Amino acid sequence: MMTTLSPQSRAATRGWSDITIRNLFVIPTVAFLIIFNVFPLLYSLGFSFTDFRASSKAAVNFVGLKNYADILADPVIWRSFSTTLWYVIVSVSGQFVVGFGLALLLNRPIPGKGLLTTLLLLPMMLSPVVVGLFWKLIYDPSWGILNYALGLGKTAWLTDANLALYAVAITDIWMWSPFVMLLSLAGLSAVPKHLYEAASIDRASKLYTFFRVTLPLVAPILLIAVIFRTMEAFKTFDIAFVMTGQPQAELISSRLYKMAFAQWQTGPASALAYIVLIMVLCITNIYVKYLNKAKER
Amino acid sequence: MAVVSSRSGRLGNRIAIAVVLVITVIFLSPIYWITTTAFKPLVQATSVPPSVLFEPQITPFVKLFTKRAQLTAPVAPEIYEAAPWWEKLVLDGGERLARDGNGEVVFSAYPDRFINSLIIAITSTILAVSMGTITAYGFSRFRVKGEADLLFFILSTRMLPPIVVAIPMFLMYRAVGLNDTHVGLIILYTAFNVSFAVWLMKGFMDEIPKEYEEAALVDGYTRMQAFFKIVLPEAATGIAATAVFCFITAWNEYAFALILTNRRAQTAPPFIPSQIGTGLQDWTVIAAGTVLFLIPVAIFTFLLRNHLLRGMSFGAIRK
Repeated sequence: MMTTLSPQSRAATRGWSDITIRNLFVIPTVAFLIIFNVFPLLYSLGFSFTDFRASSKAAVNFVGLKNYADILADPVIWRSFSTTLWYVIVSVSGQFVVGFGLALLLNRPIPGKGLLTTLLLLPMMLSPVVVGLFWKLIYDPSWGILNYALGLGKTAWLTDANLALYAVAITDIWMWSPFVMLLSLAGLSAVPKHLYEAASIDRASKLYTFFRVTLPLVAPILLIAVIFRTMEAFKTFDIAFVMTGQPQAELISSRLYKMAFAQWQTGPASALAYIVLIMVLCITNIYVKYLNKAKER
Repeated sequence: MAVVSSRSGRLGNRIAIAVVLVITVIFLSPIYWITTTAFKPLVQATSVPPSVLFEPQITPFVKLFTKRAQLTAPVAPEIYEAAPWWEKLVLDGGERLARDGNGEVVFSAYPDRFINSLIIAITSTILAVSMGTITAYGFSRFRVKGEADLLFFILSTRMLPPIVVAIPMFLMYRAVGLNDTHVGLIILYTAFNVSFAVWLMKGFMDEIPKEYEEAALVDGYTRMQAFFKIVLPEAATGIAATAVFCFITAWNEYAFALILTNRRAQTAPPFIPSQIGTGLQDWTVIAAGTVLFLIPVAIFTFLLRNHLLRGMSFGAIRK
């Protein structure tokens, strides 16, 4: 642990004491976060047990656990959850394959590698909603470049109930594969060179070297990338919301948005928000555990 | 992988490079496409087959900043001649610029939204980075009770789904009159970014040897003086990188802006898609708005390139 000068020393007695400074530096931020994150959540926890509608002035009734029971019995919400689950699987595995694949290809001396990597990283820095918007242009059934380039005729990517979710996932893969690539590259470059030399002296096959040397050493960082992307994909709102209104492609965040701000069912929406929140906090917990592990290395 | 000596290895290397180049081109093509669309004549933006070759023009940008109406009759030649070059571009496209009572050109909502985005992103970045920097210093140099739990709490606030937080925030802001205000959004973006700033800055602070300050303390500085005169200059790179990340996050944010603003304080992300669906869509104008909006992020990505890994992993992976 970091220790500071002992309290008796001359230096520590000048000006404010270290303890004052520590409190001054740490407490306001923590308090700020409690006021603007924890307090609102407690507020909505209260609403989740009521039939409150933010759009009406009608009396608010306490309904106990009814909102939670209704949600768990609502097939539309179950469909949203299963859509979201499928979306997470498709999108994160796509990002993993493309991102890790790209990292393997890039993990060698390439002229202009820095520029190339930066260009490849550009998509993940862009605004998801704007990305969703311009992919709409690309996906357009009649004059979009995608159908033309792939010779797909008039495929209606975003209005076809079966395709819409995949169309969104493809956009998400385009946007976030660079993230997996970035982390994978860091993992790959940290593998000690002498391990490869030893493997080649032992005449180990490339495949064997990959599975026995590369993969185990890169695995921890890949895991961080995958957990983070899983959490983010689970929360996806902007891209999907702006790209498609297909009910079959409705993710849980979009459902939540509609319940809260289109139908104004504030009480039930707060209950659903809590269910989502608990799921996200579980993933966050796992994520932070692995992050801290990576830090210790 | 790293050891490439054999002939087959060299060939493999060349193939890998070729594949990477092809993938890079594919990856960048959507960005290329939206960028070129912003410079296309209207008919070529949605032509079949898509036009790759076209004469670039800046009409879409003129349209982006102005309000227009369809021309019902051809303009009189003398009016056309008197119009400035940028107005001619619009007239050529069969539209006229809307003018107010004094004959001044009426601006569209885009510049206002763009300026809102700038004000909100810059202010919240300054606040989040300032708070993040001092808090990170606190965590880095002093013993804080329950440090691990506090840091987890701080990061977890960043992970909350925006819609979940937006429901109570909307009600609370409505109660205190902060809906659709710059201040409201600035506070939220600050809260959202401060957790990130604490984590990232803690990594940078940990890297500054604490002997530097201790030497300063021995030389007669107070701890506050040491912090401002020794630590902050040392942390400048980290502060800059953190600031750019916070700016990009606030600049790109959509969900809070969609729910908590609608006119006065609306930022560009909810505004740009809202232009769609009102009658005939002019994709060149939407593309122009998109391109202008993406330019700052593209520039910052290049400036940040050596810190992307660190930022994206909340400071955990440093390379």
